[in-house]
Amino acid sequence: MLWNALLLALREIRRNLTRSFLTVLGILIGVAAVITMVTLGNGATAAVSTQISSLGSNLLMVRPGQRLGAGRDTAGAAAFKLADASAIESEVSQLNGVAPVVSRTVTVVHLASNWSTSVVGSSNAYFSVGNWKIVDGRIFSDTELQTGKAVCVLGETTSNKLFGSENPVGGTIRIKQFSCEVIGLLAAKGQSSMGRDQDDTIVMPLRTVQRRLTGNQDVGMLLVSVQDGASTSAAKQQIEVLMRERRRIAANQEDDFNVLDTREIAEMLSSTTRVLTLLLGAVAAVSLLVGGVGIMNIMLVSVTERTREIGIRLAVGALEREVLLQFLIEAVVLSSIGGLLGMMLATVASIVLANLMAVPYVFGLQINLLAFLFSAAIGVIFGYFPARRAARLDPIEALRHE
Amino acid sequence: MSTAVADGGTSAAPALIELIGVTKTYGQGAVAMQALRGVDLVVHEGEFVAIMGPSGSGKSTAMNILGCLDVPTTGSYRFRGVAVETLSRNQRALLRRNYLGFVFQGYNLLGRTSALENVELPLLYRGESVAARHAAAREALAAVGLANWEHHSPAELSGGQQQRAAIARAIVTHPAVLLADEPTGNLDTQRSREIMELVVALNRDRGITVLMVTHEPDMAAYARRVVRFVDGRVESDIRNPEPA
Repeated sequence: MLWNALLLALREIRRNLTRSFLTVLGILIGVAAVITMVTLGNGATAAVSTQISSLGSNLLMVRPGQRLGAGRDTAGAAAFKLADASAIESEVSQLNGVAPVVSRTVTVVHLASNWSTSVVGSSNAYFSVGNWKIVDGRIFSDTELQTGKAVCVLGETTSNKLFGSENPVGGTIRIKQFSCEVIGLLAAKGQSSMGRDQDDTIVMPLRTVQRRLTGNQDVGMLLVSVQDGASTSAAKQQIEVLMRERRRIAANQEDDFNVLDTREIAEMLSSTTRVLTLLLGAVAAVSLLVGGVGIMNIMLVSVTERTREIGIRLAVGALEREVLLQFLIEAVVLSSIGGLLGMMLATVASIVLANLMAVPYVFGLQINLLAFLFSAAIGVIFGYFPARRAARLDPIEALRHE
Repeated sequence: MSTAVADGGTSAAPALIELIGVTKTYGQGAVAMQALRGVDLVVHEGEFVAIMGPSGSGKSTAMNILGCLDVPTTGSYRFRGVAVETLSRNQRALLRRNYLGFVFQGYNLLGRTSALENVELPLLYRGESVAARHAAAREALAAVGLANWEHHSPAELSGGQQQRAAIARAIVTHPAVLLADEPTGNLDTQRSREIMELVVALNRDRGITVLMVTHEPDMAAYARRVVRFVDGRVESDIRNPEPA
């Protein structure tokens, strides 16, 4: 009986192809909108999550100057020195390490290739703190760090630009007036969530950069990695107290530096994208409901239009529940077809939009299934009323209907 | 009032249809309209009965009750001894499905649906297999002379052919009774004659009991018995010894 009802429903849909398609359109758009919104939102959230892990876990960034904001003074704050890094390392508890960072954008040359990139001067702590892996070669030796030897570790992009497919380890690059030996190659990290290529970089010992590029003892930023399980906010507070002391800031003065908790920011970002995803999904779900109302509308029109047909069916001995089932299944089949087509459209739309918006495309089985089931459920809910109306028709009246 | 006894008393066949004091009232109180005012009628298996009468005489109401589409207000309708008025809507639907076939004045075929699919419609509700449905529908179409028209939709068929398809739909379930409501009402004389000959043949060769409402004496002449309704009562019940 179910099979028969399905057959009848398909016949009916085929009999009114244009109308069926228009009915389906509402559900199609609704399902496609829900899936696309949620898929893109999930992609954005995934991008932020990737960013969190590539930043390194529990990372604090300590920078001179106040945090950017209206009426804040960002200029004129004294730079950090290497001693600040050592002080944090010895005074603040539960740290993985502290990496002093100074960076400059310079043009580097290898044979006929030249490339403008950012050179980072730091200690070996930079690699662990920043979650960098070495794929080839080695990190800096203590002597190299202390003497400021001209050695460097390349990011993948920089290596590709200068050395092509060659292995850069053991090679030499020229930076301004000096040549520098390549001792290591970093594993690729890819783009950051802001679209910056993190692999477009060169790392050198801090002293090398200070001596040969910046010409002073300043440290631009301190990267502080807090141990897993330890509180980053406690570490942040300790650093603030310590730095106020070291920079001799009076009690009534504001900090002339700022401590950024990157994970906090990343979490905030990802929770924002999650909320946005939910919101967009909910808006799209409303369009799905509207599609459901469209189905009810068309089914009611269809029942009125087919009154005579229903009369014939009842006259030849169709049971009330068979007519009910026929119309109900018709509604469900229509909405399910809409759901299926919507899923296909959503897949195409998500891939295209994800590309345009530079977020990863993540196929969400859950949301696809959910949206499809929801569309079928809408068929049942909005199809029931018209179907019941059809089933309860008086065959005599129905047969007389013009 | 009646010029002949409803049951001729000559037949040994069991009473297929029995109306006992049937009345039908539409509406209530002051606006009540009595369509049937006490009808007694017995029809035996294999009969061909024409029901005539002016409009408003209650013949359509009687037909609806005989077709189990409606139930009497008072009185009883026995179909093979079963009191139809005691059955539920669904039970009456099953009765129609298994024992009755309908032919209407306006053919009432499903549009944009092939003759074959139209004819197999009643079989769909009997849960028969696709192969069985097709075979039975083809056989019924062949029986009404539409063997080569099974894939044509009603719009592609003439009026006479549409009525033939409708008759095929009515007999595809091998019903005990064929109820025809003005089956030739929309057809010209030539087509009408062909349809009537087909109905006569079905009655004669298959033993299908035929109840036919008509207002044309020419068509009633094909029946072996003519029941005339006036004012909600059976006015006359005449046997036709030599049907056309």
